[in-house]
Amino acid sequence: MRPKHIVTAFDADLRAISARISEMGGLAEEQLGSSIEALRERDSELAEEIIRVDKRLDNMEMRLEQSAIEVMALRQPMADDLREVVAALKVASTLERIGDLAKNIAKRTLVLNQSEPLRVVSSVTRLGKQVQTLLAEALDAYTVRDKALAVAVWKRDVEIDEMHNSIFRELTTYMMEDPRTIGHCSQLLFVVKNLERIGDHTTFIAEMTYFVTEGRQLSDDRPKSNDWDELKPGNEQD
Amino acid sequence: MAADFKITASKVNVHYGEAHAIKDVDVNIESNAVTAFIGPSGCGKSTFLRCLNRMNDTIDICRVSGEILLDGLDIYQKKVDPVNLRARVGMVFQKPNPFPKSIYDNVAYGPRIHGLAKDKAELDQIVEQSLRRAALWNEAKDRLDQPGTGLSGGQQQRLCIARAVATAPEVLLMDEPCSALDPIATAQVEELIDELRASYSVVIVTHSMQQAARVSQKTAFFHLGHLLEFGETSKIFTNPDHEKTQQYITGRFG
Repeated sequence: MRPKHIVTAFDADLRAISARISEMGGLAEEQLGSSIEALRERDSELAEEIIRVDKRLDNMEMRLEQSAIEVMALRQPMADDLREVVAALKVASTLERIGDLAKNIAKRTLVLNQSEPLRVVSSVTRLGKQVQTLLAEALDAYTVRDKALAVAVWKRDVEIDEMHNSIFRELTTYMMEDPRTIGHCSQLLFVVKNLERIGDHTTFIAEMTYFVTEGRQLSDDRPKSNDWDELKPGNEQD
Repeated sequence: MAADFKITASKVNVHYGEAHAIKDVDVNIESNAVTAFIGPSGCGKSTFLRCLNRMNDTIDICRVSGEILLDGLDIYQKKVDPVNLRARVGMVFQKPNPFPKSIYDNVAYGPRIHGLAKDKAELDQIVEQSLRRAALWNEAKDRLDQPGTGLSGGQQQRLCIARAVATAPEVLLMDEPCSALDPIATAQVEELIDELRASYSVVIVTHSMQQAARVSQKTAFFHLGHLLEFGETSKIFTNPDHEKTQQYITGRFG
């Protein structure tokens, strides 16, 4: 347990920032979960709701930015306090972007719901679940400053990348087999890409956790799935 | 090798009677850099600063041991004249303390006693130059014969800085030079410190961590007579190594 600040109002300000991040994280996670559910259940109503709720995340980010600027101006945080405020700013904008990507999934769901269901959707929702779990763990790690969990999350993004690549292949095959599905499969391709992007944002949150606790960046040797080459046309191996 | 360092202090211990004020402090002060000493009251930072030009000699019960080298010369050797030493290692104090003399004489005092000017014209030149360096010339040039004590607090402190730089010291020690000044005068002194760095080594003791962060390149953190951490200012204020440093600079109970 870290000792408290001599000026107790400073602690209160920092706690308020942490609380805002937790609140934003909770909502971003919920939006992602709902977008996967809307896709799986073909629930247009839920998709509309996600699009509406996204504005709340945007407002929360603005409010957090305001608090962070105030703390910097009025309290002049140093060392770990400064890292905490800077990380909160960056995590907030990351969560806002995760919200945007979830909203985009919801929009594409509305388009997909206008035609027959595609079998491949189940693979996409499985990827979605995986991303959601990873995001939840990254947020937990950030909240309790669990460096070990953050590093574990950071390393596991490679699984997301691999799933993304395999679904990409699956969708390509699907489209080749039945060109009438190309329109809708393209929508799904974007959904898959969005989920992969959320995975990247999630690793960024893990990196920020490490930065706050350790005072240095997690080195840039994260395992990456680098098999884009085999995804190029004419390079399929099976 | 002490080649890059203006001052090399090793195993410095200071006792005031029975009280052990400084404990085995090793520190190297770089040339052309500002080094800040920070730490809670009573941590020994001012005591250590005063060792660097033997100001502690004036206190009877004070004993200093260890070695302090200025350009390789042991300043505590018998043959070193403290008055000459203090011409090389100047000092500015917490409260502005101009002599009860004219502005001109305040600045001319040091050069006169050290015989640094051969005639009036040269002395005039030293006074003007020193006042310019202390960013006081424009305000003082038309009233050089008026008493230094008639200036405002911020001007008086800059007068003291002008007096300190008039003997062309190599090192300038500053013991909380801005604690009695308003923010504007503080900013002027900070700007001055940054300019002085080109020609001197500056060592500043300050209770304002923001000030230490703003003006220095190196920061030393003292605690209970020990030098706990010494390093790049940017490192100390963003990611200090020592737990106590972290607690002190972030304003937590230690």
